Amino acid sequence: MRRPFEVFLAVSAGLILAFLLLPILALFLRIPPEDLLSQLTSQVAVDALLVSVKTSVIAHAVVLLLGTPTAYLIATRRFRGRSLVLTLIELPLVLPPAVAGIALFAAFGRAGLLGETLHAAGISIPFTQTAVVFAIIFVSSPFYIRLGIAAFEALDPALIEASRTLGAGPRRTFFRVALPLAAGGLSAASALAFARGLGEFGATIMFAGSLQGVTQTLPLAIYAQLDLDFDIALALGAFLVVVSVAVLLTVKLLPSWTRFTLISLAPSGRSD
Amino acid sequence: MDTLHVDLARSLRAFRLELALEFDGVVALAGPSGAGKSTVLRTIAGLTRPDSGRIALGKTLWFDSETNVDLRPEERSVGLVFQDYALFPHMSVADNVAYGGGRKSAELLARFGIESLARLKPGELSGGERQRVALARALARDPGVLLLDEPLAALDSHTRARVRAELRGLLKGLDLPTLVVTHSFEDAAALTDRIGVLVEGRLVQMGSAADLVAAPTTPFVADFTGANLLTGSARTAGDGLTEVHLTDGVRIVSTDQLTGEVGAVVHPWEIGIARSMPLDSMQNHVRGAIESLVPVANRMRVRVGPLTAEITAESAARLALQPGDEVVASFKASGTRLIPLG
Repeated sequence: MRRPFEVFLAVSAGLILAFLLLPILALFLRIPPEDLLSQLTSQVAVDALLVSVKTSVIAHAVVLLLGTPTAYLIATRRFRGRSLVLTLIELPLVLPPAVAGIALFAAFGRAGLLGETLHAAGISIPFTQTAVVFAIIFVSSPFYIRLGIAAFEALDPALIEASRTLGAGPRRTFFRVALPLAAGGLSAASALAFARGLGEFGATIMFAGSLQGVTQTLPLAIYAQLDLDFDIALALGAFLVVVSVAVLLTVKLLPSWTRFTLISLAPSGRSD
Repeated sequence: MDTLHVDLARSLRAFRLELALEFDGVVALAGPSGAGKSTVLRTIAGLTRPDSGRIALGKTLWFDSETNVDLRPEERSVGLVFQDYALFPHMSVADNVAYGGGRKSAELLARFGIESLARLKPGELSGGERQRVALARALARDPGVLLLDEPLAALDSHTRARVRAELRGLLKGLDLPTLVVTHSFEDAAALTDRIGVLVEGRLVQMGSAADLVAAPTTPFVADFTGANLLTGSARTAGDGLTEVHLTDGVRIVSTDQLTGEVGAVVHPWEIGIARSMPLDSMQNHVRGAIESLVPVANRMRVRVGPLTAEITAESAARLALQPGDEVVASFKASGTRLIPLG
């Protein structure tokens, strides 16, 4: 006979796991797999997929290009106001998506802070694909930068210093030492940020709307199809589950790629 | 060979580091952990800035607080071997050595006997091998100054003894101003004949290992070199001798002339051990029970009261010494150095 406490632990875990798994299983079990696949070829699904891929890839490229140097700067320099900058970067992480949407409007909308300037230049952002990209960058870049800082901070500072004393300037040190050694951590950060951007819903629907083939991303299409064609909504949901599992597996497999970083921290290996 | 001029001042957490050094050849900076040794190296390399001072190699100025000269680390002709070697873990041995400048790297791999390791990653090397790679890498840039931070600390004791001997010859042959930082007097003595002892940011004594052992100017140096240090008050006795009343009541004499509060320095190998009071030329005797017996190679280290004596293992066996035995530790007045305290 098991002790009551062990039973309590097992029952708690069982209940919560069942609650988490049941909806995900339901996505796949409600209609047969071949129907799921055929629903993915419907026009709405294909349009949403194309919009999502295009906007996510562009947004992610911007996030990587600007986020990586930002993360390196914050991780390796000590300057006045550093913790303020860190807090500002973390803020969008906890911001409700609806607030992100209205904030983007307030900044880039017709009546927004930069509205007149943009209008004068003939640029209108809201309800365009650019707006989708903006929304994705707004929610996913803090994710990438925060994790990227952690990846660069995990580097042994002596390696950076060694590079400098060997005659390499800051730029060469970044590309030859810091970036390759942080690659594992940055890849994990990149995968998680990409997944976060792909799933973006709240800010996008407010700032970019949900126009099929233009601004309707996968999550927006699921919402739009809920009342129109439940099977398409199910198929898109199942598809995003598969993508999410792939992202999680990528991140879980990363530790074996990051082993360089760990070796440098360990004391000397075999003795002779 | 150019001369390295170092004159620097910097406030650290608990004390102020103030050091003026001018040297070519190999110099060791020895002292306890936290004495500011690594800060000296990092300052010379340009990795950290002193509050004020001047650093120059020959006629090339690297740092001068008065004229606002401060070269970046990559602009200083310096090779720094880090304590844990800081080899780039994602590069092969050959790439590590070539990082600072490709021209000499093949020659250096050969010279350090690490050609066979060229394609391995640092994680696959032993401690001794890593040290050679780090040294080759630091030299590949053809620096004007070589700095080594605790080059032996990352090695196990067995490897350490062998590498120590190799390193001395190697450093001497480089013909470069070389500054080695170590917390071990033994390592410093094994690597060079010029040792500076740094305590709480000050250079308290500079000399050869023999000088430091024979004539320590402070109790710290005496203790650091492994000598016994007994404290007491000294007054002039007859025959040109000085009488010292030790804090624990024992009276000893020394041929040094000094009065007041003093430290008496006696080296372990100057102390004899006998079962009863010997009839010989020794003037100083400390009676006590053996606290411990520790064999060191072919010698035996015997702890009696405040003294550590080192006698041959053979003598220890002949006397059948056991911990707890009552013995007399004796040493000569002429082997007792006095240093002022306070």
